[in-house]
Amino acid sequence: MQTHSFKPDLPPPVLSVGVLGWLRANLFSNWFNTLLTFFAIYLIWLIVPPIIQWAFINADWTGTTRADCTSGGACWVFVQQRLGQFMYGFYPTELRWRVDATLWLAIIGAAPLFVPQMPRKALYGLGFLLVYPVLAYWLLHGGLFGLSVVSTSQWGGLLLTLVIAAVGISGALPLGILLALGRRSNMPAIRVICVTFIEFWRGVPLITVLFMSSVMLPLFLPEGMHFDKLMRALLGVILFQSAYIAEVVRGGLQAIPKGQYEAAAAMGLGYWRMMGLVILPQALKLVIPGIVNTFIALFKDTSLVIIIGLFDLLNSIKQATTDPAWLGMATEGYVFAALVFWIFCFGMSRYSMHLERKLDTGHKR
Amino acid sequence: MKMVKSTLAVLTTAAVLGVSGFAQAGATLDAVQKKGFVQCGISDGLPGFSYADEKGNYFGLDVDVCRAVAAALFGDATKVKYSPLTAKERFTALQSGEVDILSRNTTWTSSRDAALGLNFTGVNYYDGQGFLVNKKLGVASAKELDGATVCIQAGTTTELNLSDYFRANGMKYTPITYDTSDESAKSVEAGRCDVLTSDQSQLYAQRIKLANPDQYVVLPEVISKEPLGPVVRQGDDEWFNIVRWSLFAMVNAEELGVTSENVEATAKDTKNPDVARLLGTEGEFGKDLKLPKDWAVQIVKQVGNYGESFDRNVGAGSELKIERGLNALWNNGGLQYAPPVR
Repeated sequence: MQTHSFKPDLPPPVLSVGVLGWLRANLFSNWFNTLLTFFAIYLIWLIVPPIIQWAFINADWTGTTRADCTSGGACWVFVQQRLGQFMYGFYPTELRWRVDATLWLAIIGAAPLFVPQMPRKALYGLGFLLVYPVLAYWLLHGGLFGLSVVSTSQWGGLLLTLVIAAVGISGALPLGILLALGRRSNMPAIRVICVTFIEFWRGVPLITVLFMSSVMLPLFLPEGMHFDKLMRALLGVILFQSAYIAEVVRGGLQAIPKGQYEAAAAMGLGYWRMMGLVILPQALKLVIPGIVNTFIALFKDTSLVIIIGLFDLLNSIKQATTDPAWLGMATEGYVFAALVFWIFCFGMSRYSMHLERKLDTGHKR
Repeated sequence: MKMVKSTLAVLTTAAVLGVSGFAQAGATLDAVQKKGFVQCGISDGLPGFSYADEKGNYFGLDVDVCRAVAAALFGDATKVKYSPLTAKERFTALQSGEVDILSRNTTWTSSRDAALGLNFTGVNYYDGQGFLVNKKLGVASAKELDGATVCIQAGTTTELNLSDYFRANGMKYTPITYDTSDESAKSVEAGRCDVLTSDQSQLYAQRIKLANPDQYVVLPEVISKEPLGPVVRQGDDEWFNIVRWSLFAMVNAEELGVTSENVEATAKDTKNPDVARLLGTEGEFGKDLKLPKDWAVQIVKQVGNYGESFDRNVGAGSELKIERGLNALWNNGGLQYAPPVR
């Protein structure tokens, strides 16, 4: 008996697989796409080679003064010479180890939180959140136990940017959650207060808040009483961002079905336990993209403190370019600032994606 | 909601109006002596006038005013703490007592002198709006700029001065306004405009930013008056006098040929009565100002006379290479003139 056997499949046409196939499908599928592809290649050819030429091939990397920049391209000597100022501002050179220690403490202290098997994680996390800010303030500002005082006017550069962003984030998140809960409260007084607060702070631009805090506030204070400039800015940033966080969290709260509230109530849970154990864990998980989005915006907004004369990363760079020895190095400085900001923002967005995947425990379609 | 907001606005306005009147100083001198340093408001970065090195040491013509006051008061020019201020917050910082002196390239005008509760103690730099052109154009005077494309670095009155000047001379121009000095420098370089206008002190700084600075020249015409000077709070004459005479001492020292190098020797064996009075060898003029006897010696020794300070920060000895011009001494064809110590 003759058995029927299929002939083996022919390989697909060369032009529809591999690189060629991908190119044909995505870049040259019809005359219009082909045209666009060539146009895009032309644009890239127009833009990228000069940038590479400027930033790498013609660039000067080593030296100590402007005179060492002879190749006509980027003068990275400037960034290299002023890197200390860009990172620490005018924090005294011999005390910069304290800034490094603060950072290492944060990394080492937070590391166990990223180990999935760690027991009593919540307790440790809470302890860390309570102890670390005190330690960090002591290290950075000094004043107790033999550390000399470094006033906040000497803080600057990336250090100041990170301080504003970190304090802003860790202050705005809890306040924002409380405001969101308050806005959905059944108690009219609390609701009105929260709505007024949120709408007021959302109604004014951050630049105005900072400006008011540095130009108007001192006039209200009694003679001889001065709030720290950084403290004023931090307060402004926290209040401002908490209103945005509140609205993001409220979005999450509203997405939780009514049944969840009723089920929690039927279990005999009180308001705080209902929120803490049932509603908020679900709601916050839903709004991670929104919260991280707000954080990234906050991180970038920190550069607005330039208008009140605080020397964050961007303003430190701007200040360094006004030194007659380095006049005209603004492009190099700003490219460097862009790179640093990009690294941080990109890092944050990747972490949020990771967090979303990790917490994606249900609702899969 | 709307009503809440407008009520707030009214309250805020009322509070500001009510408060601004009382922002006056008591005895600034006592306070400064008690804390042991001068709190000085400077610019957040202006080449030659106030800028910092990578360690946070400040330099510049405006900074030198603060150092001179500290030298006169404490015999130590380093007893200054600096507050870098933006243009908008500078007056508030002075009014509220956050700083004792504002030395931040501030133009002396009638409204600032009278309406803000401030006093200008003198002029440490006579600035004015000028023009920067490429030598290729072969222009020697601003009068030859008819039909030019003018890059303007936006300022408070830059555009107005420019249009006044061109209208008064019956010339036409095309303006292009830029917000930052870096942008305007780049566009001059790219040839987008024939001429760049801004305050002269800025133009010299702009010139350094260009790829080939020697190819550009600042025209001699100055089309506006911008006298820059230190400012103190109104109503504290004691302090006002100290700041005013610290600057005068520097100008007098230059006029009398006293420099940071020869000041100590001169103080000992001078025959010139003017010099002897300035340096405290003769008379008790320091005491009248509530300053130590050797106040002027300390200023000149640690900060230098006006000419030295000018040269080091903005003049021939600096990168900016600004000519003395209006800032030369009165007997050299300039405007820097100080009353005598007598």
